[in-house]
Amino acid sequence: MTQTTQQILSIENLDKSYGSVKILKDINVSIEPGEFLVLVGPSGCGKSTLLNCIAGLEESSAGDINIAGRSMVGVSPKDRDIAMVFQSYALYPTMTVGKNITFGMKVRGVPEEEQQAKLAEVAGLLQIDHLLDRKPSQLSGGQRQRVAMGRALVRDPQLFLFDEPLSNLDAKLRVEMRTEIKRLHQTLGASIVYVTHDQIEAMTLATKIVVMKDGVIQQVGTPNEIYNHPANMFVADFMGSPSMNLIPATATSTSDGTQISIARQTGDDLVLNFDRPISGMNGSGSKEVILGLRPENITDPLSVVAQNGQLADCQIDVVEPAGSDTFVVTSLGGKQVTARLRADAVVVAGENASLAFDLTKASVFEPENGARIA
Amino acid sequence: MTDWLEKHVPKLVLMPSLVAIFVFVYGFIGWTAYVSFTRSRLLPKYDLVGAIQYEKLATSPRWEVALTNLAIFGILFILFATVIGLILAIMLDQKIRTEGPLRTIYLYPMALSFIVTGTAWKWILNPGLGIESVFRDLGFENFTFDWLVNPDLAIYTVVIAGVWQSSGFVMALFLAGLRSVDGEIIRAAMVDGVSTPRIYMSIIIPSMAPIFLSSFIVLSHLAIKSFDLVVALTGGGPGYSTDLPATFMYAMAFSRGDIGQAASSATVMMMIVTAIVIPYLYSELRSRHD
Amino acid sequence: MTDTTLNTMQMNERANRARMWKRITLRFGLYAMLILFALYYLMPLFVMLVTSLKSLDEIRSGALLTLPREVHIEPWITAWSNACTGTTCQGLRPYFWNSVLISVPAVLISTAIGAFNGYVLAQWRFRGSNILFALMLFGCFIPFQVVILPMALTLGALKIAGTIPGLVLVHVIYGIGFTTLFFRNFYVTVPAELLKAAKVDGAGFFRIFFSIFLPISPPIIVVTVIWEFTQIWNDFLFGVSFSQAGTQPITVALNNIVNSTTGVKEYNVDMAAAIIAALPTLFVYVVAGKYFIRGLTAGSVKG
Repeated sequence: MTQTTQQILSIENLDKSYGSVKILKDINVSIEPGEFLVLVGPSGCGKSTLLNCIAGLEESSAGDINIAGRSMVGVSPKDRDIAMVFQSYALYPTMTVGKNITFGMKVRGVPEEEQQAKLAEVAGLLQIDHLLDRKPSQLSGGQRQRVAMGRALVRDPQLFLFDEPLSNLDAKLRVEMRTEIKRLHQTLGASIVYVTHDQIEAMTLATKIVVMKDGVIQQVGTPNEIYNHPANMFVADFMGSPSMNLIPATATSTSDGTQISIARQTGDDLVLNFDRPISGMNGSGSKEVILGLRPENITDPLSVVAQNGQLADCQIDVVEPAGSDTFVVTSLGGKQVTARLRADAVVVAGENASLAFDLTKASVFEPENGARIA
Repeated sequence: MTDWLEKHVPKLVLMPSLVAIFVFVYGFIGWTAYVSFTRSRLLPKYDLVGAIQYEKLATSPRWEVALTNLAIFGILFILFATVIGLILAIMLDQKIRTEGPLRTIYLYPMALSFIVTGTAWKWILNPGLGIESVFRDLGFENFTFDWLVNPDLAIYTVVIAGVWQSSGFVMALFLAGLRSVDGEIIRAAMVDGVSTPRIYMSIIIPSMAPIFLSSFIVLSHLAIKSFDLVVALTGGGPGYSTDLPATFMYAMAFSRGDIGQAASSATVMMMIVTAIVIPYLYSELRSRHD
Repeated sequence: MTDTTLNTMQMNERANRARMWKRITLRFGLYAMLILFALYYLMPLFVMLVTSLKSLDEIRSGALLTLPREVHIEPWITAWSNACTGTTCQGLRPYFWNSVLISVPAVLISTAIGAFNGYVLAQWRFRGSNILFALMLFGCFIPFQVVILPMALTLGALKIAGTIPGLVLVHVIYGIGFTTLFFRNFYVTVPAELLKAAKVDGAGFFRIFFSIFLPISPPIIVVTVIWEFTQIWNDFLFGVSFSQAGTQPITVALNNIVNSTTGVKEYNVDMAAAIIAALPTLFVYVVAGKYFIRGLTAGSVKG
């Protein structure tokens, strides 16, 4: 058997409009077999619409979708070799769990013994064997979600599609099911496209993340890339919790290197050395920029992270002990900046404390369009 | 071929009903309106002659009586049915133990045909043997209740029977509406020390405006369509003093053999209903837009 | 305990008792009103029943509200088998069966059509489907006088004027609006994701209907059937316009009995006939009343 290296999903120049409103604009994404692609973004960014287009539940206005090398133009959902898990589980209310899972096979005319064999296999994998005779209304949220996944698994498709499957679960269950899905992915090596608005889910589950806003892809990358090298301010702000500090500053480039100065209410500017060139500045002049620093990169001098840090005294406005860390808020460049300190760091609100700024992990953005420039 | 079929199955399934509605509702309305502009008598003629039928209607004393009766009956019927329905609903809302059976009793008249209702009340209001005799036996020797045969008062008997039949329905609507008022607002008012009657007057009843509207629409629809009730209760009489547009139209169509007048009176009825229902349907469908 | 505290306690007790009495009298008044209204609604039924069991002499001697001195069941037998409805004197029996022959098919067909229509309009929406729904809905509100004339001509042209199938056709056509409304409003509450899941599973339009939507429909089917049955059984206008001597529904026959100008007015027979005509819908109401109410309020109450 030849090993195909073709991509399992390839979307090219996809547009989708409802009347005169463009929901999706020039989408280009592809994944290899076995990848876990997460589409993430705020409500209304078009991620669900994109998923529906991949599934064939909605028709695209322009562009192409290829699944396992086949063009999906004019192909109905049932012929796309996909399976889908929905936010509200969408279990057939009057059928038992067993019938819910085998319904698709029944429609396709799969012989009865094969149906039962596959049902047993999937039920065992998801640990729902004891629930097969129950109706959906008799199940808990987590059990229903498993049945929904069972229904998808039993199809043995090329591509699994998940549409915000965990949004209806309470926080604790959500974390459990998240681990469940991750484990399934690793066991089965399945190719998955997953939609969520929760960036933590995106970060923990994905091998590749697509961040979307207003129908446009903001960035495609691994969780690491997205987290540490956001392509623009939107991505920087959206991903990560607590979100990245975006501090207005002035970058000055001289022959000795680049410095970034941040205005402060009390006293003079905070001046930090920046280790990389900033595009658009050819080693000279000064420029208004936005400095992006995650809270964990502003920390107390005694922590390990501070090894790369530059120390500065800052006046602490608010102290928030959070158990495993202590968050403090200080005012820089006119913004409320959050720093993450060790749990037992000694800080008092209203007084100065020494903070370590690690600019090796920082991002610099162009203030007008939010694009990343360093 | 099968793909096209599959894609259009929903529309195809809907098609027969749509065709039926277009022909038998809109097509027929068009036919009736068209004929109302012709000289048709026993048989329909199709040459348009302008609005002579409507002129004839406007000067017909019987039609004038029918329209006046519609106004009297309509206003009183809607008014009393609404008030009684509201009162019953408010009373039933007070956590009554026997609410179920009582509700069944108030509402059962709606399950009856208007013919049955008319027959029953025709007997009850029978001058001589009905209510009149009951009161006379109780000692009120000079009590007369001959509304049924009094040309000036007969229309009010239709109101009595109509309200009896339909007020239960209004009650059901209002009760459902009362129950759907947000409990928190009421509790807040109680904590503020507002008295129960005040709570009803100032909070609950105003929030039920949509239900007042719904019941108004349904009741006025019933009023305009009222045909069965009049036929059974008074036969349109005495004479034609309890004629309503519906009975007028029927008489013109089937007894008098005057299709032109029948068509024009039917068209007028249609316009009245349209004027009331269209704005309502429009607002309902807009707010329900999923 | 001091005197003042004792006084205050006594005053409070008196005030509490007064409040309690006030509440009790209000409650009593409420129940009294409710019972009074109940009597008002029950009175006509009582009068009909009572009158139908009296002899004509007793009726003519007055006393509308009294129980019969002797119970006569002849009026009932007359009403069922002998009463005159125009030129024939066969009682209500043949017309009872006419109504059955008209109602049952009409109810079944209009309900089935309404179910499919509602399914399409709720779950398979397409451009303009809302407008089409509005157009169908409007059909429920028209005064039927405006279609009587052309319908009479059409039935004549189709050679089914004055026949039972003709009346069935009429009732089906004008019932579609309501049945579609009921099913559409019911199916609209089914989440769209259910349809998506079924499509991904490979099911088509009809399979989804029969495997998924029909099994959840019993509540709305009951509401629709009860509503349609009540409407059709109780109808008079279509009955009197489109039937002839042998095919008349029971409402027309009842009216003929009551308003017949020949012979002596037999009030007891009239009342018995009225009750017979009312029994089917009354029975349905008593047995399945809450579904009836749900049907009444289906399109009227928001939310």
